[in-house]
Amino acid sequence: MYRYTEFDRDFVRSRVAQFRAQVERRLDGSLTEEEFKPLRLMNGLYLQLHAYMLRVAIPYGTLSADQMRQLAMIAERWDKGYGHFTTRQNIQFNWPKLAAVPDILDALADVGMHAIQTSGNTIRNVTADHFAGAAADEVADPRPVAELIRQWSTDHPEFQFLPRKFKLAVTGSPEDRAVTAAHDIGLRLVRQDGELGAQVLVGGGLGRTPMIGKVLRDFLPLPDLLPYLEAIVATYNLLGRRDNKYKARIKITVHEHGLEEIRDLVEAEFPARKALFGGIDQEMLAAITAQFAPPAFETDAEGDVTAWYHADPVFRSFVDTNTAPHRAPGYAILTVSLKAPGETPGDATAEQMRVLADLAERYGHGELRISHEQNVILPHVPCRYLKAIHDALREAGLASANVGLVSDIIACPGMDYCALATARSIPVAQQIAKRFEELKLEHEIGPLKIKISGCINACGHHHVGHIGILGLDRAGVENYQITLGGDGGPDAVIGERAGPGFAYDEITDAIERLVLAYLDLRETPQETFLQVYNRTGSAPFRTALYDRDEDSADAA
Amino acid sequence: MTETVIVRDDGFAANSATCKFSSLAELGPDSATAVEIGPSDDVAALAPHLGHISILRIAFPSFADGRGFTLARRLRAMGYTGTLRAFGHVLADQYAMARRAGFDEVEIDATLAARQPEAHWLARADWRANDYQGRLRGQAAG
Repeated sequence: MYRYTEFDRDFVRSRVAQFRAQVERRLDGSLTEEEFKPLRLMNGLYLQLHAYMLRVAIPYGTLSADQMRQLAMIAERWDKGYGHFTTRQNIQFNWPKLAAVPDILDALADVGMHAIQTSGNTIRNVTADHFAGAAADEVADPRPVAELIRQWSTDHPEFQFLPRKFKLAVTGSPEDRAVTAAHDIGLRLVRQDGELGAQVLVGGGLGRTPMIGKVLRDFLPLPDLLPYLEAIVATYNLLGRRDNKYKARIKITVHEHGLEEIRDLVEAEFPARKALFGGIDQEMLAAITAQFAPPAFETDAEGDVTAWYHADPVFRSFVDTNTAPHRAPGYAILTVSLKAPGETPGDATAEQMRVLADLAERYGHGELRISHEQNVILPHVPCRYLKAIHDALREAGLASANVGLVSDIIACPGMDYCALATARSIPVAQQIAKRFEELKLEHEIGPLKIKISGCINACGHHHVGHIGILGLDRAGVENYQITLGGDGGPDAVIGERAGPGFAYDEITDAIERLVLAYLDLRETPQETFLQVYNRTGSAPFRTALYDRDEDSADAA
Repeated sequence: MTETVIVRDDGFAANSATCKFSSLAELGPDSATAVEIGPSDDVAALAPHLGHISILRIAFPSFADGRGFTLARRLRAMGYTGTLRAFGHVLADQYAMARRAGFDEVEIDATLAARQPEAHWLARADWRANDYQGRLRGQAAG
């Protein structure tokens, strides 16, 4: 794992000192609220519905056990004892006091973390595949590249006041668990004639105008990476619209000018940018890469897991749903679900964070990951420890065997916290999860991604949910639109709207009808919801949603 | 015309210069030595004039409009070596960004200077320190 250099430490400390002074200047009036706003946003501090909210970056989703414990400490000391893991590998604290925020930032700096550029019209926290460095299907670990980009984009003097926010994601696997096609820039690491490089996608994004990223460069050698990124962002900085915030993202710039024009402008800008980099960045990348060397994997890691697997059906179900193939023999990647039915998706209490930190330290080489699906991952687990981990997770209320299933729902904070939201999302996620728990159908249904956004900004990624739910406000009443067939995988697809929306008290029934229709339609138990949808199209699902016979309508 | 203040690494200076700035449209064959551009101007049009210009002022109509930073970087890449000044609504907190992007100085009006006094700007005069860009490009910290 990456450890802060002296340079990183000094930088973060100086930023905390600057922010402390900015808070004081806001309080004494020398900064107006309008002027303070971008400064607090550059340090991750939002003003929400009820209070300030601090968004802390977890770059490329990687955490050490010590860092996780510090997040627990912060949650207890300055918040209400819990934190919320977001869809962009951040953690949000929902109740900090403005005067305490500089102290929180100092506590983060103590463990090599910060909240810089987790908001504002700038390059945001760089995200990556949450299985990076562990997945069996990986071309290369994306985290060294992501860390280099973190350093390059942090405090970049030219790009702090872009037309709009700017998000980058990196994947090193063809499975693209980082949903790179839904980012302003997506990087997919690939090898060409033995050389490692990146396929560069540009102009993806969700929000009110969802678009899939387009290939700007099929193969970019890594020595050209930073100057090329700089050419893209500089081009966007000058060309992106500033007259309308809803048309300001680079996806709109690409849409309005066309991919060819953008490519020409970027290529024209590139040589001057390349001249600014003398190769030191590549030396730094090599040093960073060395820090991401895999841990010393144990031999005989498998132990007696097979016996437990056959003896204990609850454990078996947990292993089946929550583990993924690891590159080292006898190891597994374990996903711990933060989606216990009835709980808030992505929330973890301070106590749960400590349990996870302890488990990572004791059984998992000290490493943790946060996924954009709002779960916590122990990336390097010898299988012989899985049973002990499962027992400990059950005691902590963290043993839900539902990863990738119907109750593993992504949901934004919605109207319970967010000032932008037009509808509740968390309670909808809770109701759906509980419903399928009661029906005892979850494991029979198999892989199904439901994603819920509480407004058109789409923080819950509903566009790429197999079933997407978008909560809107219709004349003061919550109304939930359903999209079908979205896919966040390597061939990303935006879901299609099914038809008229449903009221708050109808949406869970509607989702149940959709899922039951899928069970009727599938030809084998192996055929997933998405596969059936792609085979049959939306018609039978629309029928299930809207053509209800008169008897049941009268009875209701 | 209201008084303005020039901000440099050593603090505030009264704006004693009385030169008239020409706009891009006013540039003729007898190049002016003082030129002002706005955020939407194309700096490529300045290429034939850069050798004659001694001061170039880039307007910041709002602190939230960051185009001026890219224009500054681009002018330096084109080889411009004269004085580069950011002018208008620039905050003390943006001083380090301006210097790192290639500006030499900032010009603000008296009202802003009163609200954000010299000390706020001097606090960011250490712009060479803690600079990721300088580090990545192999420039030594000053």
